[in-house]
Amino acid sequence: MGEILKTIQLNKYFREIEEFHVIKNINMSINSGEFVCITGKSGCGKSTLLYLLSTMDNDYEGEVFINNTKVTGLTQNELAAFRNENIGFIFQFHFLLPEFTALQNVMMPALKLGKYSKEEIEERALAKLAQVQMKDYAHKLSGKLSGGQQQRVAVARALINEPKVIMADEPTGNLDSVNTGIVFDIFKDLAAKGNTIIAVTHDTDFAEKSDRIIEMKDGEII
Amino acid sequence: MALPVNLEIAKTHLLSRKKQSIVAMLGVTFGIAMFILMISFMKGVNQFLQDTMLSSTPDVRIFNDYKTDFSSSITSEYFKDSNQLTIVHHPKPKDISLNLKNAQQIISDLHQNPKVLAVSPVVTSQVFYNYGPVQLNGILKGVNILDEIRLFDLKSKIISGRLENLLTIDNGIVMGVGLAEKLHVVIGDMVTLATPSGTSMRLRVVGTYQIGIAAVDDVNSYVNISTVQQVLGKDKNYITAINVKMKDINYAHAEAFSFQKKYGYKAEDWEVTNASVEASNTVRDVLTIVVSATMLIVAGFGIYNIMNMLITNKMKDIAILKAQGFAQKDIVQIFLAQSITIGLLGALAGLLFGFLLSYGLSCVPFPAKGFVSLKTFPVIFEVKYYVFGILFGVITTLVAGFMPSLKASKIDPVAILRG
Ligand SMILES: Nc1ncnc2c1ncn2[C@@H]1O[C@H](COP(=O)(O)OP(=O)(O)OP(=O)(O)O)[C@@H](O)[C@H]1O
Ligand SMILES: [Mg+2]
Repeated sequence: MGEILKTIQLNKYFREIEEFHVIKNINMSINSGEFVCITGKSGCGKSTLLYLLSTMDNDYEGEVFINNTKVTGLTQNELAAFRNENIGFIFQFHFLLPEFTALQNVMMPALKLGKYSKEEIEERALAKLAQVQMKDYAHKLSGKLSGGQQQRVAVARALINEPKVIMADEPTGNLDSVNTGIVFDIFKDLAAKGNTIIAVTHDTDFAEKSDRIIEMKDGEII
Repeated sequence: MALPVNLEIAKTHLLSRKKQSIVAMLGVTFGIAMFILMISFMKGVNQFLQDTMLSSTPDVRIFNDYKTDFSSSITSEYFKDSNQLTIVHHPKPKDISLNLKNAQQIISDLHQNPKVLAVSPVVTSQVFYNYGPVQLNGILKGVNILDEIRLFDLKSKIISGRLENLLTIDNGIVMGVGLAEKLHVVIGDMVTLATPSGTSMRLRVVGTYQIGIAAVDDVNSYVNISTVQQVLGKDKNYITAINVKMKDINYAHAEAFSFQKKYGYKAEDWEVTNASVEASNTVRDVLTIVVSATMLIVAGFGIYNIMNMLITNKMKDIAILKAQGFAQKDIVQIFLAQSITIGLLGALAGLLFGFLLSYGLSCVPFPAKGFVSLKTFPVIFEVKYYVFGILFGVITTLVAGFMPSLKASKIDPVAILRG
């Protein structure tokens, strides 16, 4: 399958008190349908790299291509629209909107995209919730769900717009082994269906079972 | 197509912290209610004073404004030498008459004027009423009462007796109610008055009236025009002023000017005559605007504060929304919609509350003491003020909510989401 994500000479500096070269000359390529894990010691720049790839952080040097689109240089608003359609993001601390139900949380990115009618979106959202075995909790306030349940809802939300790439920053970092297992199985399943997954993780077991491991050290790929 | 989602989010945010939303709303409600109350009352006062003033001031008054033109002097008859310089200190006029010389022509000409509704000739004189050993000051207005009625709504001002009695009873007088009280006279009583030139006369009280302004009711009285002419020792053509009512009061200013040019006498419109009333109206208007604006600004700061707090609490949510592809303008919409909702609902409640307050005030008896005659506080109800109220409320909240919303839209999601 074809290339879905590519970086050319990616460099990032933090310039706060003193200049800190956090991402160094990263050239990487990820194919469509791959399940890639990024690992490395704490502080080596994994999260920073992932936020660059996700288009949320656009303060960098070099170029990023996603799905044959050069995202480097797009405006904030263009990037927002691009993320909405092409990238699903999962965070370590689940990060649902607590005042909304599980279903509303899942529907939100799709409502923003506005490609389907509200009824259709609701149907799709319920299907996604079923995929992560959370359909029974659809109408519960997300603030009232357990951590593992919330993370599964967050996965369903990342999937709602059928994005080309799913990115996750330590998606299981906060979960017990049972929930880690569930989330991992979902990822595996998604990858098997042709979704591209890029996950940052500390969990070596988790990484071992993925298609490819990208190991980082001090801002470089080794 | 993102608007409905954004509004949905705004709605959920508002409803999930009802207390705060209501407190913010009450700020606006109070501001708008005060605005409505203030403006309805102040405009009511203005209206009342204007009506009262117009009930005793003609639209245009034409009179002989005696001129103090001393460019020519009788001194020249005594000091004929042109090489001499003559300086006269403290010159005085030799003889002036205050009447309008061609009054009848002016009156018939005014009757032809299509913009004029009614004309009433007047002879006014300063008089003194004998009240035991003291003499009370007064002004006698000699009118053709039927003409005068067409200018002013005098019938509703009558306290006792009838205006028409002037026509049937010889030497009748309709007295200002304050003056009648001072003289302790009632209908049927005789009063004795004297003019500055010394002639005196006895008149019978046939009615009393009250305009509502003590300064008028305590000195003025109406008599037949011939009565004043007689007491002054003048003939039937002696007229000191002509009061004119225009078809539209707004013509008054321009027409006064043309009357003055045409007839050669001073013509004054009601606005000039009552400039002080206009000035006090302006003062009240400014007061209303200042107080209302202050209230609204305070309410605005309240909203600004609450929106800022909300946004600080919702940093994480904003970051999540942005991560999912909500653009800056979506975030602005979400938070601006909240402050507009607060503003709109608050303003609507304010209108209702303001209406109830003004209605309440309009039922409170006015503690009338001398100066004006009023049964209850003067309040006027006008849709215009309510429309302004809504506009002000929404604009204030829009302004107050805009900066926090803009700040929210600028939040960097990465800084917040980094685990
Ligand atoms: N805003 C910032 N300003 C300056 N330095 C930063 C900033 N954010 C991160 N860093 C530094 O950049 C480096 C990389 O941070 P990053 O969060 O990418 O590490 P990580 O590999 O994700 O670590 P962990 O596994 O602990 O999450 C770290 O040394 C961190 O201290
Ligand atoms: Mg990290």
